Amino acid sequence: MRVALSVACFDDALFPGTGRAVTALLERLGHEVTFPPGQTCCGQIHWTSGYHREAADLARAYTAAFAGGDVVVAPSASCAAAVRDAHPKIARAARDPGLARAAEGLAVYELTEFLVDVLGVVDVGAYFPHRVTYHPSCQSLRTLGIGDRPLRLLRAVKGIDLVELPAAQECCGFGGAFAMKNADVSVAMVADKIRHVRETGADVVCAVDGSCLAHIGGALSRLRSGVRTMHLAEILAETGPS
Amino acid sequence: MTGPAPGGPVPPPMPKFAAAARPALADTGLRRTLRGATATLRERTAAAAAETADWEDLREAGRAVGEGALLGLDTHLEELERAVTEAGGTVHWAVDAADARRVVTGLVRETGATEVVKSASLATREIGLNDALAGMGVTVRDTALADMAVQFAGDEPSHLLSAAAHRDRAQIGELFRREMPAAGPDPAGDPEDLAAAARAHLRERFLRAQVAITGANFLVAETGTVVVVESEGNARMCLTLPETLICVAGIDKVVPAWDDMEVFLQLLPRSSTGDRMTPYVSSWTGVTPGDGPRAFHLVLLDNGRTRALADEIGRAALRCIGCSACLNVCPVYERTGGQPYGPVHPGPIGAILTPQLRGVESAAVASLPYASTLCGACADVCPVKIDIPDVLVHLRGAVVESRRRRPVPTPEMALMRGLAWTMADPRRHETALRRGVRWARLLSRGGRIRRLPGLLGMWTEARDLPAPPAESFRAWWNRTRR
Repeated sequence: MRVALSVACFDDALFPGTGRAVTALLERLGHEVTFPPGQTCCGQIHWTSGYHREAADLARAYTAAFAGGDVVVAPSASCAAAVRDAHPKIARAARDPGLARAAEGLAVYELTEFLVDVLGVVDVGAYFPHRVTYHPSCQSLRTLGIGDRPLRLLRAVKGIDLVELPAAQECCGFGGAFAMKNADVSVAMVADKIRHVRETGADVVCAVDGSCLAHIGGALSRLRSGVRTMHLAEILAETGPS
Repeated sequence: MTGPAPGGPVPPPMPKFAAAARPALADTGLRRTLRGATATLRERTAAAAAETADWEDLREAGRAVGEGALLGLDTHLEELERAVTEAGGTVHWAVDAADARRVVTGLVRETGATEVVKSASLATREIGLNDALAGMGVTVRDTALADMAVQFAGDEPSHLLSAAAHRDRAQIGELFRREMPAAGPDPAGDPEDLAAAARAHLRERFLRAQVAITGANFLVAETGTVVVVESEGNARMCLTLPETLICVAGIDKVVPAWDDMEVFLQLLPRSSTGDRMTPYVSSWTGVTPGDGPRAFHLVLLDNGRTRALADEIGRAALRCIGCSACLNVCPVYERTGGQPYGPVHPGPIGAILTPQLRGVESAAVASLPYASTLCGACADVCPVKIDIPDVLVHLRGAVVESRRRRPVPTPEMALMRGLAWTMADPRRHETALRRGVRWARLLSRGGRIRRLPGLLGMWTEARDLPAPPAESFRAWWNRTRR
């Protein structure tokens, strides 16, 4: 299958390893990956910050970039949620039926949805001999409802020691502009999140959202806690010594 | 709006949410109390929902009845007025807070009473009634235990249900001992003992009060009935003992038919305290000779509600039945308590209600829709399915639109516009990305950035940012795949 890869603007610069891992993973599974060059940002940052006119401009650019008809895969629950859930709302707020139709025409999947539902694979042949815990991001959990798909994929990884994260469903406190506008509350939230991460004894915390990982990872790094963050795709891409 | 009325004070300016949250975050006792209270209520309400087989159907019914009530509000309100009048009551219409204060203070003045008893009511808090009555020399006795504690301490309430959620048992014992020595609460002060002292103290006030002021959980249009749901029985005392009963309620409290209570009386107790039924559910229709109050006044408050009603997305907030489930699951509320949300409506529901009732011109009110990570936990539990994150984003749009009209753009607006302009074009984006990466790498030491300038500095106050790798994903793709 030919897959159009949608890389979050955030990941493009800060976590390029995520896109490379998805490319490696999907190619290993026998699929062709393309990277439509016109893509920049889905518009979510502007939409959730209240800049709805600007979000409409970005949503138009996004839908145009992915209008090729290939299935779109985003290794970011919040981008996938923005395209599926927010683009129709952005179109309505902008009174732009053309954008509404364009948004409806896109088939966008978050990575684990694509693997489990479309490709029907759970064991992707990964090998990762580390203690790992998984943080279910709010957008993946509540807007997309991807449920236990990430955990099913992780359980099938060879060598992994997967441990449950206490209070996993509680927000890490990122929330886009919230992390800056309400920095003190945001930090109070991430303090509890990293306390739970450290309780697991894991050396890796993973998620399907680079933004949450930047937040959790930023706090872990400031405290020199000895726990690293990885995108789920980076774990699934690992095959170890063959 | 909330302008001063005769005898009514001017409310002090409210700080922005982030500033108001700081003292709460630093108050370790408050943090522990809130953590405990919200966790207990979360567990209880989740269990109450889980044991109800048709919970999701009930929520959908609550949403549908609420939405229907709002869409036909004009008709229902007229029907309510007719029914209340036929039952011997009087309906008063108040367009704003000042108007409502004028009506209520006028009614109290007519009775000649110098003391009124009052049960918990958000609407009276919204109109600043206690201060208005105090200003004309009338003593207001709040009779709900939590409200009493707040009144004794001179605090602002912090939770929809338990206004004193920010105070622990020892502090409340101390307040009770100081303020009602005659009732003699035991200094060791277990909850039962404190309640017994309060009961003795209040009983005397109920028996001598001539006027009672209450709120309403629901107003049934078809029958003209006021429904009050409470845990302590003090509202029932207010509804039955005094000669004059004044009920103040928002026009959004109207439900079309008595049968609709079947849905709401299942949803409300389970979502608020986790009980199957609240200890006291009182319903009151007009006046009955030889029983209860001889005069019944219903003051119907608009105060921004019709404006909210006209907003297709925002009006969902008016469906709220005041259960406080959204507060108890909110990770922000759990850490800040209710006070940073302003004096009336706390928590996520307050963050979508207050901006609609008061407008977003003030910086403080405009900060409320941003006091959320949009995590969605509130929408998951709302018994009438208010999509709070959706309304928050909608109101953020209203805030930004109102700021666009200002002559000088804020630094944030300049940044966001510049960002959108750059990102709307792939070539501009790529150039900016290259420059941004180079610039960010200059700021980094040992693979991490510990201090960022300007608005982004709020991030690095307590969190690192990884140094971006020299090669972006896009650059890698172009180098290896094209």
